[in-house]
Amino acid sequence: MIDPLFLAEAAINGLLLGGVLALLALGLNLIFGVIDIVWIAYVDLVMICMYAVYFIVQVYGYPIWLGGLASVALGALLGIGVHLLIISPILTSAPVNQLLATGGLLFFLQSFATFLWTTDHRSVRLDLPRLEILDMPISVARLIAFVLAVLVMLGLYLFLTRTYIGTAIRAVSQDREAMSLMGANPQRVYLVTSAVGGAMAGIAAALLIIQYAVHPFFGAAFGPITFMICVLGGLGNMVGAFVASFVMSEVIAISGVIWSTEMGYVIAFVVFIVMIFARPGGLLARRS
Amino acid sequence: MTLGRAAAVLVVAVLLAAPFLPLGVTREYTIHVLVQIFIWSFIGGAWSIMGRFGLTSLGHGAFLGIGAYTTTLLWNFFGLTPWLGALVAVTLTALFAVVVAYPCSRFQVVGHYFGLVTLAVGEVIRLLIVAERDWTGGSLGLTVKPAAGDSILAIQFADKRVFYYGALVLWLAGLYIWWRVDRSMARAAMEAIGEDETAAASVGIHVSRFKIGITVLSAVLTAIGGVAYAQYISYVNPDTLAGIGVSLRIVFAVVLGGMYSLLGPTVGTALTIALAEYLRILFGLKFIGMAETIYGFLLIVFIIFLPAGIYGSVSQLFRRRPAPMPTHARTPA
Repeated sequence: MIDPLFLAEAAINGLLLGGVLALLALGLNLIFGVIDIVWIAYVDLVMICMYAVYFIVQVYGYPIWLGGLASVALGALLGIGVHLLIISPILTSAPVNQLLATGGLLFFLQSFATFLWTTDHRSVRLDLPRLEILDMPISVARLIAFVLAVLVMLGLYLFLTRTYIGTAIRAVSQDREAMSLMGANPQRVYLVTSAVGGAMAGIAAALLIIQYAVHPFFGAAFGPITFMICVLGGLGNMVGAFVASFVMSEVIAISGVIWSTEMGYVIAFVVFIVMIFARPGGLLARRS
Repeated sequence: MTLGRAAAVLVVAVLLAAPFLPLGVTREYTIHVLVQIFIWSFIGGAWSIMGRFGLTSLGHGAFLGIGAYTTTLLWNFFGLTPWLGALVAVTLTALFAVVVAYPCSRFQVVGHYFGLVTLAVGEVIRLLIVAERDWTGGSLGLTVKPAAGDSILAIQFADKRVFYYGALVLWLAGLYIWWRVDRSMARAAMEAIGEDETAAASVGIHVSRFKIGITVLSAVLTAIGGVAYAQYISYVNPDTLAGIGVSLRIVFAVVLGGMYSLLGPTVGTALTIALAEYLRILFGLKFIGMAETIYGFLLIVFIIFLPAGIYGSVSQLFRRRPAPMPTHARTPA
């Protein structure tokens, strides 16, 4: 029997991880909701930004907040670049071509990172105080990441509901044709969405690098779970993705302690399939 | 038609004679590349059986992995001949395909959702193989236990030519199955389903049955391809036989060739394998990752500029009637 204290610790770690996973899922979901294309390489963009933070902070010795800001800026630029160079030429292609084009980007980023930086694992070391609650060590880095992730999501919510361009983004995700009939320019909305989605990848990168080491295959480790969360929450459904992130991160964290990390992902997948049976339209979908 | 048939006979005759052509020192290598092209073309064809109807699986690595690992584990640990092992593998794959296809079809998981679900499926099988490292060797892979000398029972031969003919037969069988599906009722039904599921159901097409059936067929053929590849290479590895990488490679080869035509997957596979081999020889052990970087870059470029695939684009030029294109085909933006 496993010590309940370990399980409680795993549950807390799961909760903290869920915050960052939610950030990833929301960024991917935002792009899908508006542009109707899934960026298979989304987490690989996060990987590139993580390397940026690593070099800025660990190699060149600048403070972490500067690395974070640079990562956000780089993420936004990458988002714009991906949209202009890859997505906009294939906006009307068959879905398989759209998936493959961003899949090609995944190959490209993974192997280019291998070429430039080898497969070594690199991490940013921060001097953070220890924290213990009820004899359970809590990682302060994870706590900070969680709080910041929640704040960013709150910011995204305000951006989408309180600003003009945010309203336009929501309008396009509801009805693209009607939006162009109203005289709005979907191209501009697409570009802003890609930049925001990219910036969220940058934020997630800054929050992930203080907890995990980065390596060229980082995207393969976090990508599938992000996709599962998006589908489970209902693609394009923000609240659903938010809830699904915490469900999945808890499953992974707890079964990871009981069995192994890989088995944690396998069990998360089984849970995913069962949930799809039970709630096909996503966790929060209403039965018609 | 007679011209086409004569050309086909000629091609098969050349392929049959190929292992005995005087190619000098490069003969072994040429045969090796050809065997790989046959096996992966077979797998690509298996993918396109469902892929052409809009069931865009990004997780065929799962079926490949189940096939290859089932036979290899049964042979290594229980000495069960791969012939029977393949039977077990096919059964397992079929069951697994139903488990995945049933909810997807029942709840209309299509398009991008289907792609993402299957992508996760492929990755989960890879993780499962890595997690069960006590039997499977984890990410280090597993060598197929060698039999004493050549053995039909163990499907192990020192002479590559045996594998060459085996792979050739496999490839031709794959083309035949593709052709049969292309000529069948299932094709019409699947195309109707691909256009509009509700409309298809309203004219009496059993949507779930056709979708699950075509998925199982595709999965089973892929598993057989996985068994063949494992027997030929006599080594299995979770990264080369399951997961995102190999799944995307299969799809890329097929889309590059053109998935709506019989020979499209073969053309695409031959090109991608030739490209991969060329880049591998060009860079060797220097510049690790560079070959893959170029591969990924070319993938994006091809998808943007040749959306119908090479074979698809060429055959459209020669054909009078328009080729069967997806409804959402490229329109000027």
